[in-house]
Amino acid sequence: MATTTYPTAHITPKPSTDGGEDQFLEVSMGPQHPSTHGVFRMNVVLDGERVVKLKPVFGYLHRNHEKIAENESYLGSMPYTDRLDYLCSITNNWAYALAVEKLAGIQVPERAEYLRVITGELTRLQNHACLIGFLMQDMGASGTPLMYAFREREKILDLFESLTGARMMCNYMRFGGCRVDASADWLQQAQKVMEAFPRFLDEYERLLTENEILMARTQGVGVLPRELAVNAGITGPMLRASGINYDIRKVDKYGIYDRFAFKVPLGEHGDVYDRYMIRVLEMRESIRILQQAMREISPGPIQDPKTKIRGFRPKAGEAYGRIESPKGELGFYLISDGSPNPYRYRVRPPSLINLTVLEEMCLGQNVADVVITLGSIDIVLGEVDR
Amino acid sequence: MLGEGILKGLAETARNFLGSYVSKDRLTTVQFPEERLPHIEAARSFPFLVYDGEDWQQGMRCVSCLICEKECPPKCIFIEKSKDKKPDATGKPQFYPVVFNIDVSVCMSCQICVEVCPFDAIKMDVEFELSTNDRFGGLLWDKERLAKSNAYYGKIHPTEAAAVDAQLAEERAKLEAKAKLAAEAKTATVATPPAQPLRETSETTEGSGA
Amino acid sequence: MNLETIKSEIEASVSGCRLEIIPNASPSEQHSLLVDAARAVAVARFLRDAAHLRFDFCSNVTGVDWPSKEISEKIKVKKILDGVEQEVEETRKTQSLGYLEAVYHLYSVEKKHGPFVLRLRTEDRENRAHLPSLTPVWRSAEFQEREIFDLFGIHFDGHPDLRRILMWDEFEDHPMRRDYVEPNDYEYEPTAHDEVLQKAKQHQNGVGC
Repeated sequence: MATTTYPTAHITPKPSTDGGEDQFLEVSMGPQHPSTHGVFRMNVVLDGERVVKLKPVFGYLHRNHEKIAENESYLGSMPYTDRLDYLCSITNNWAYALAVEKLAGIQVPERAEYLRVITGELTRLQNHACLIGFLMQDMGASGTPLMYAFREREKILDLFESLTGARMMCNYMRFGGCRVDASADWLQQAQKVMEAFPRFLDEYERLLTENEILMARTQGVGVLPRELAVNAGITGPMLRASGINYDIRKVDKYGIYDRFAFKVPLGEHGDVYDRYMIRVLEMRESIRILQQAMREISPGPIQDPKTKIRGFRPKAGEAYGRIESPKGELGFYLISDGSPNPYRYRVRPPSLINLTVLEEMCLGQNVADVVITLGSIDIVLGEVDR
Repeated sequence: MLGEGILKGLAETARNFLGSYVSKDRLTTVQFPEERLPHIEAARSFPFLVYDGEDWQQGMRCVSCLICEKECPPKCIFIEKSKDKKPDATGKPQFYPVVFNIDVSVCMSCQICVEVCPFDAIKMDVEFELSTNDRFGGLLWDKERLAKSNAYYGKIHPTEAAAVDAQLAEERAKLEAKAKLAAEAKTATVATPPAQPLRETSETTEGSGA
Repeated sequence: MNLETIKSEIEASVSGCRLEIIPNASPSEQHSLLVDAARAVAVARFLRDAAHLRFDFCSNVTGVDWPSKEISEKIKVKKILDGVEQEVEETRKTQSLGYLEAVYHLYSVEKKHGPFVLRLRTEDRENRAHLPSLTPVWRSAEFQEREIFDLFGIHFDGHPDLRRILMWDEFEDHPMRRDYVEPNDYEYEPTAHDEVLQKAKQHQNGVGC
């Protein structure tokens, strides 16, 4: 990868000539602002172009998902989890199913585990591809990269539709398995999509990775230091872009992830460019996982026969289950009191907690960089606000 | 060289642009109302009620057991159970829904009603052009709007419907065999009429049920 | 990683700390440690900094509401009946004091172990619903403690920026509490059920509006 000597964002703003030093401008960015990825607001205090204070404001999409789930049967919350991070409904289903399986001690049949990995990694592919597209859009590359990403995403969504019946709100997993089995035909189609994907990634990288404008806009922007990243509970590609090797697929080895050989890409600088690069590399690793999973999947049952669909009542107790969703650690914390609906249901949203450090990353930067820093976090407001 | 990366990227864009004229893979846009994508079999939009035979009122499979109403996550189904029983398509007297409403503005197409239904009476439709100018009434679908024939179900979800039909036929065959056995047991004492086949046209079933 | 050993280690290094292991009956076997609120920050610092534990990553922070409930227990009472002392069984009903709980799920990024479940309890649900904030120890608790403050009404002392986060600032109640009463607003709903149906009827009769 070529490095560039092009100027980065460390340009000190010109000292103001008129008035005193305390001439700050308060700007309310959002909630209706194309760069905020939804209804999200930032109260920014500016000194010229420089950010001196930033407070994120959200909750516009709050529907109290947790309260709804506490009045709903365990199964009844499954379709609601689709609507948390609406780009990756399958990984949301997975995290919830995993938490319930921990709570009730349910075993998942092997084929179902493979199907989960296949659909989960496809979800990661389309999420990362789209995120990069959105990030470029925020930078002013109007359309082209985003449309390329959407073109590829379309193929994956078609796969989801022919398997689960819906493109985005898949509602695919069940406690102890998956809802429908994948036919041989479907697996073949998925194989085709997967084989074509690296070509798209090469194309994408030729378009972006060495682009001088992209480098100038992103390198050294929105730097997140390692210690702060861990302390602030940052997870997912953001954490790994800061150089910390922590991937829950490797750490917890949930499901059958211990069977696959894949690498965890790590960044060095923790800036926006690293976050872009990590996502590209993660997509390549996802393809490696997919190749192995497609090769190894064998016929068998897809649902644990002991788990009932109706009248599911786990014994009293609690469990916290988490997975590596494309955005970070997605966890579900459940307390059961033995009744058909959970006593406490809590979602640990990666998007929300990754926002904690937004202010730190933006201080001293230009306003335009706030937009791309936010874009590189990868938030979905359905999950932030719940 | 400065600008090399940009030029490379531009070359890529040019290739995509020109490629879209020759490669189908690069041109994914479909001009919607005129052109349509092939229908995906597993697709789902909103639920409908399946009926057997020709007459939707008579052949409705729903026996108004209220399971779907209870399990529906957003609570968009409203059923009023009948007080009396009416013969269903097989001639067996069953309860039936007096009112069966689904508010599709609330429904989130999650398919849980389909999964929990023990009678294969509710299935997912694929129709998606549903706009209406009546915000409340137009989106509140009643029994009549929801009822669709088993043949329609077979048309939109052929594989799934074939499996359901086979299963139902098996159950009916079992019932028939049972009835036959019972009839034979009766024959031992009384001279018998020939065993009544369970599934016939609606008139005869109604006649036999009455 | 044994909870018992960690408990005794904490007791050894944080003086005067009351700890209690809360067993978890579910197959997940994620037992938790109840820490008394007064020493919580010291315990948290110990858990984060102790070289062999290094719980440097606080993943999940959440609140749980345990409202007061009636407990009826059977006790044997000695009574003098007809001049003879007899043992009589009586049911005594007591009102348990409700409390709010904050649950912290800790992991270690460095050692790659976890979860370690930490619980803090408030004294009651009303005036003394205060807990020390662990945000100075783990930044990741910042938004999540704000959320608990917003939805459950636990006041975290020492939190740098304790404001509502999801509800608007003028909102008064705490919606995640189990005794939360929804505001009496009514929206037309064609397939009304249960309480919504009741509400709809009320509004149709012109009671509400």
